[in-house]
Amino acid sequence: MALLEVNDLVTEFHTEDGVARALDNVSFTLERGKVLGIVGESGSGKSVTAFSLMNLIDPPGRVASGEILFDGEELRGASVQRWSELRGTRMAMVFQDPMMSLNPVMKIGSQLAETVSIHTKATRAEVDERVFQALKRVGIPAPRERMKSYPHELSGGMRQRVAIANAIINNPDLIIADEPTTALDVTIQAQILYEMQNLARESGTALIWITHDISVVKDLADDLCVMYAGRIVERGPVDEVIADPQHPYTRGLIDSLPHAENHGRRLYSIPGATPPLLALPAGCSFAPRCTRAGRICKQIPPVVTDGRREHRCFHPLG
Amino acid sequence: MFSSVGLTMTNMLQTTHLSKSFSYKQGGLSRMAGKLGLPAKEQQKVHAVSDVSLSVESGEVLGLVGESGCGKSTVGRMIAGLLPATSGSLSFNGQDITRPSVETHLNIQMVFQNPYASLNPRQRIDRVISEAAVYHGLVEKGQASAFVASLLSQVGLDPSYASRYPHQFSGGQRQRIAIARALALDPKFVVCDEAVSALDVSVQAQILNLFMDLRESKGLTYLFISHNLAVVEYIADRVAIMYLGRIVELADTRSVFTRPNHPYTQALIADAPRLNAKVVEHRPIQGELPSPLNPPTGCAFHPRCPRAMARCTTERPSLVELEDGHWSACHLNDAVNSHPLTFQEMQ
Repeated sequence: MALLEVNDLVTEFHTEDGVARALDNVSFTLERGKVLGIVGESGSGKSVTAFSLMNLIDPPGRVASGEILFDGEELRGASVQRWSELRGTRMAMVFQDPMMSLNPVMKIGSQLAETVSIHTKATRAEVDERVFQALKRVGIPAPRERMKSYPHELSGGMRQRVAIANAIINNPDLIIADEPTTALDVTIQAQILYEMQNLARESGTALIWITHDISVVKDLADDLCVMYAGRIVERGPVDEVIADPQHPYTRGLIDSLPHAENHGRRLYSIPGATPPLLALPAGCSFAPRCTRAGRICKQIPPVVTDGRREHRCFHPLG
Repeated sequence: MFSSVGLTMTNMLQTTHLSKSFSYKQGGLSRMAGKLGLPAKEQQKVHAVSDVSLSVESGEVLGLVGESGCGKSTVGRMIAGLLPATSGSLSFNGQDITRPSVETHLNIQMVFQNPYASLNPRQRIDRVISEAAVYHGLVEKGQASAFVASLLSQVGLDPSYASRYPHQFSGGQRQRIAIARALALDPKFVVCDEAVSALDVSVQAQILNLFMDLRESKGLTYLFISHNLAVVEYIADRVAIMYLGRIVELADTRSVFTRPNHPYTQALIADAPRLNAKVVEHRPIQGELPSPLNPPTGCAFHPRCPRAMARCTTERPSLVELEDGHWSACHLNDAVNSHPLTFQEMQ
């Protein structure tokens, strides 16, 4: 059984101007120990996916329909108490800004210790040892000394490591990371990606890694979801999706990336702009920007799958 | 299509030993202690930029790369006349502009990273774009609306948008407005400080294309500051790499990316995620950027450098020309009795 099975998830936000459907029938599965990358541009619904899975959507937003099966248990509609049992122990989240999950007036060591002692009965010494081990695993130098530091005494990269340590400390089955390295420098990002790769490999924790930068997840993820305007438009093994995209949007996204080989030449750019969620085109939301669109694209494309890869397009590439 | 054939390459901008340090204002207590002759905390200085000598030729795109806090934006701001230099000098087309003056600095304009912060939300965009040009007498007030319309169409926006406010535009459109505002003063030189970093990939491609089109149509010269190596590799003719306030390597783009000499450049290039690179098990460089308040002695990179030697801890390497136009500041290059190692030997 898959660790996480998401079926037809719909998340909506009620606004003065109408209902914005931020997630539209999102479905995917994630096996234990696997890494799923989710890429998309701003407003594509990648963060809303993460927040929906962790039950962090606040009114006026709501998860309107669909299923979230976590280890076989339906979590949509689960009680507040059930959620607090799960979050922090079996599922955890890492945010783009580590200060979202760190308390500025608490020492690092006490914050991590709290994460342990709130969920398990353990002696002070056991808790301390687990905090030490968690900080060590994420590559923080001199963890004993760092436990006595406050978050403001650490650099951005170190804070993000602490946030990751806080997520892994109870050995969760699933970690959802929402743009965790976007605000970091290149060399620090490389360090964290390297350590996360090892963590996922060693601990069997499943990982959802959300990013706007497809090259970040290329070496990290097993599978890749590409999102556009609230829908997953393409999904499959990461190397295959990048080497041979089926959805015209994925192709456009990859072709838009600057690199050495296109130095001095015009970059490909997808015509038009992302449509606002309150005024999505009928049918395929990408159709108005798509060079392959035809009359049939006025209808919503169904998910086409061969068991390995899937896409939502009437005129796929390749 | 963006070749610079036909443009005569002359030094347009020159910085010579440009440095900038910021000092903390002393608090009342330490000032009082100082007056009373008591031992007080020494005034701390941050050397944000040290000894940066760069030249940019007319029509060229110079990329300036480094991690946060390396001083790349400070260099850009000094060139654009937004910050006075602590020492060193700046010249533009042979004229000394170390002390910013209005006449010369109209030629140098800047485009900032965040188009949500760089546009006044209470100003209509026709005013945003035309204000400086009208103030400096480049355009008469009566001509302003035609002027705005022409600039909007140059940056790919519909002239009818002139009466809207910034919040009515997307991020990419706002960056186009910021570019139109820079172009309004008919600059020769544009400092782009992370100008595409806040944009989505598909919008980033559009704005990069716009920069290249404008380079062609207006003969613009750019200083392109970015932490994104892929963008710099794509757009720049030459690249300067900064680390902790100093330039550690400078060469044409191809040499920097195919034969990086400085160990920091090598690490930076190896650590950058790339779509079309082969998967290699690669252990990223360790450690973090040290604090500019308390920089390491000798070579600032030595605490993180996998090839550091005893000498690196005490003696700062100077920027040396290894071969035509390829400069690097590393002791490894003269390790063997003034016989610089070849690039192959180094790797």
